[in-house]
Amino acid sequence: MTDAPILEVRDLAKAYGARIGCVDISFDLWAGEVLAVVGESGSGKTTLLSCLSTRLAADRGSVVYAMRDGSRRDLSTMREAERRFLMRTDWGFVHQNPADGLRMGVSAGANVGERLMAVGDRHYGHIRGTALDWLDRVEIDADRIDDRPRAFSGGMRQRLQIARNLVTSPRLVFMDEPTGGLDVSVQARLLDLMRGLVRDLGLSVIIVTHDLAVARLLSHRIMVMKEGRVIEHGLTDRVLDDPREPYTQLLVSSIPQA
Amino acid sequence: MIPLSVRDIAKTFVMHLRGGLRLPVFSGLSFEVDRGECLVLGGPSGVGKSSILKMLYGNYGVDAGEILVAHRGGLIDLARALPREVIDIRRLSLGYVSQFLRAIPRVSAVDIVADPLIGSGIDRDEATARAEAALARLNLPRDLWTLPPATFSGGEQQRVNIARGFISDHPILLLDEPTASLDAANRAVVVDMIEEKKAAGVALIGIFHDEDVRDRVASRVVDVSRYSARGVR
Amino acid sequence: MNGVAYNFAYLDEQTKRMIRRAILKAIAIPGYQVPFAAREMPMPYGWGTGGVQVTAAIIGPNDRLKVIDQGADDTTNAVSIRAFFRKVTNVAVTTHTGDATIIQTRHRIPEQPLAAGQILVYQVPIPEPLRFLEPRETETRVMHGLEDYGLMHVKLYEDIAHHGRIATAYAYPVKVADRYVMDPSPIPKFDNPKMHMSPALQLFGAGREKRIYAVPPYTEVKSLDFEDHPFEIQTFDQPCALCGARNVYLDEVILDDRGGRMFVCSDTDGCDSRRPTTNDQPEARS
Repeated sequence: MTDAPILEVRDLAKAYGARIGCVDISFDLWAGEVLAVVGESGSGKTTLLSCLSTRLAADRGSVVYAMRDGSRRDLSTMREAERRFLMRTDWGFVHQNPADGLRMGVSAGANVGERLMAVGDRHYGHIRGTALDWLDRVEIDADRIDDRPRAFSGGMRQRLQIARNLVTSPRLVFMDEPTGGLDVSVQARLLDLMRGLVRDLGLSVIIVTHDLAVARLLSHRIMVMKEGRVIEHGLTDRVLDDPREPYTQLLVSSIPQA
Repeated sequence: MIPLSVRDIAKTFVMHLRGGLRLPVFSGLSFEVDRGECLVLGGPSGVGKSSILKMLYGNYGVDAGEILVAHRGGLIDLARALPREVIDIRRLSLGYVSQFLRAIPRVSAVDIVADPLIGSGIDRDEATARAEAALARLNLPRDLWTLPPATFSGGEQQRVNIARGFISDHPILLLDEPTASLDAANRAVVVDMIEEKKAAGVALIGIFHDEDVRDRVASRVVDVSRYSARGVR
Repeated sequence: MNGVAYNFAYLDEQTKRMIRRAILKAIAIPGYQVPFAAREMPMPYGWGTGGVQVTAAIIGPNDRLKVIDQGADDTTNAVSIRAFFRKVTNVAVTTHTGDATIIQTRHRIPEQPLAAGQILVYQVPIPEPLRFLEPRETETRVMHGLEDYGLMHVKLYEDIAHHGRIATAYAYPVKVADRYVMDPSPIPKFDNPKMHMSPALQLFGAGREKRIYAVPPYTEVKSLDFEDHPFEIQTFDQPCALCGARNVYLDEVILDDRGGRMFVCSDTDGCDSRRPTTNDQPEARS
């Protein structure tokens, strides 16, 4: 409880011309914490995720990341090569559309193994063994290892994308609406799987979602965004059970009670 | 060190969707719970007893006052704790048995019960064995153990919930109507479990509508209606 | 007309200087693809316009030129390019590997080891080895810049997963001087080891894609592989049917419509030199 945060965000802002993407964003993320960023389309949550994951350059503010070696680095001052290395070793990014995060033209095994090869694993047997292990962990049958994701259902593709991201044991994973576009029963399976993996691996996660049920099930903390700003931020069940801000009350009252 | 002390708590709900309607609940709420006692929150129905438990657990925020919890050898004010501190307090120091089970898709009853033990670092096999023992004690049919409880009856879900709440070694335990939908035999089991917790030095705070159960487990009763900010209804 | 209407080696001197600058840069950064302003040549793309421009930029009156296509001096492409340079430079031409100062090639490296001072010019259809898996040129350039080459092994992984071994037989990717991954043009992987520490200068020209790259003499060229699936060259279980040579690259020649076939040297110069009469060309080679 006394260690330092894995991610420190201060006064982050991004504008698209005159239009605000996100502004005045400050928070800390700690190891093993799952932070849900909720809000409707256009609230700035995806812009924020893009800035945090360095896919988009922020206009102002800083994002400091605690590296594995204990050093603290401002992401904006990192060289591209370092950032890329970070992205495929210490970080993961799970896209809403699996096709954006997978190589659809190569086999499931190669999709999982790519990160290992990128960090220098040159032993085919080891790469394949690790890929098989990860397919098993995301509940994909071993006999699908040589099939391309084109032949997979939406839920399988998303599970494959998760395996592809987790194979290098990242410490921080960004997720952008990972259950969006999936059938409800498929969503439930994916959520359960993600919940187990996050806990077993002690991952820190920043998950963008408009689905409060997803936030409730996966996250420890919620940030509610509206018009580019964080309007409410706190423990997940506190925000959902005792929402303070008018907009948060509207969001919470808009979901059917299951 | 007093495990849990509440000082001058005030709470008002503001309903923005109803024109900013203000619903004051409590002000000046204060009490303490010591080791080995079961403090029962008394008062008429609707006065907000469940809301108090939710404030003590961090589900509801408070507007003023302190909730001091003995945690990791010190006292921490739960009303001002960071989310990750609240989570750590819940993991190690503060347990909660609610009226309703929040079922998680695809997770079996025995895994739901074992979950807090695994979370506090106990080996999976041992956690599962203890979970099974708890479910057996509460007379949950063995063939239900490996099923997700979403389709269970109210009483069956409640027993899964009780087993989960009582299984861990939290020094403070909040009980929200734990016997509400149980038959007499299982009520008696729960009463025994509460007595065992008291004997083990756990500080308990509970709400019981069943007068018989309340009279058997209560060390003290606090009538919270005297702190009510809107009068007794 | 014999070159009367053209500048020496067809290209104007400014263009040759521009190409020479690209070549010098390519030599300075082994394996790196240098963009250059490729010109329209009097032949279609795919016929070696990149190699022809490189040759035209480096050839001088005292050079002796050899041109091969798939190892043969007498195929259409080789004959045409040889005739082209005879016409626009009037330099000497040869079919003997050892006699040539410049060898322009499509899809082979001669069997006879090259010597210091010789230059091998490759015709390259697709210079980008990463394109198979990453179609965006902007991205592949960044990947080269950052030495981000995990993707190359994804391709080899797929080979092993689907075929049980690395099935890539042509254009087998190499790493040059432990830095840039390079497409060696569609030579058989049999020839890859010849690139390693070669005393000759190796230049690669891609006309349509406007890229030049190079392997300077005595440069390390390593074929990519896995520890448990090491790089291997093709082997042939029979000798050349004409000259009896072993450990050379053989072409399959169909003899008739009844399934008759034979395996003969792909390198015609090497094959001829091992046979008693060199003027007696077999019909199978026409």
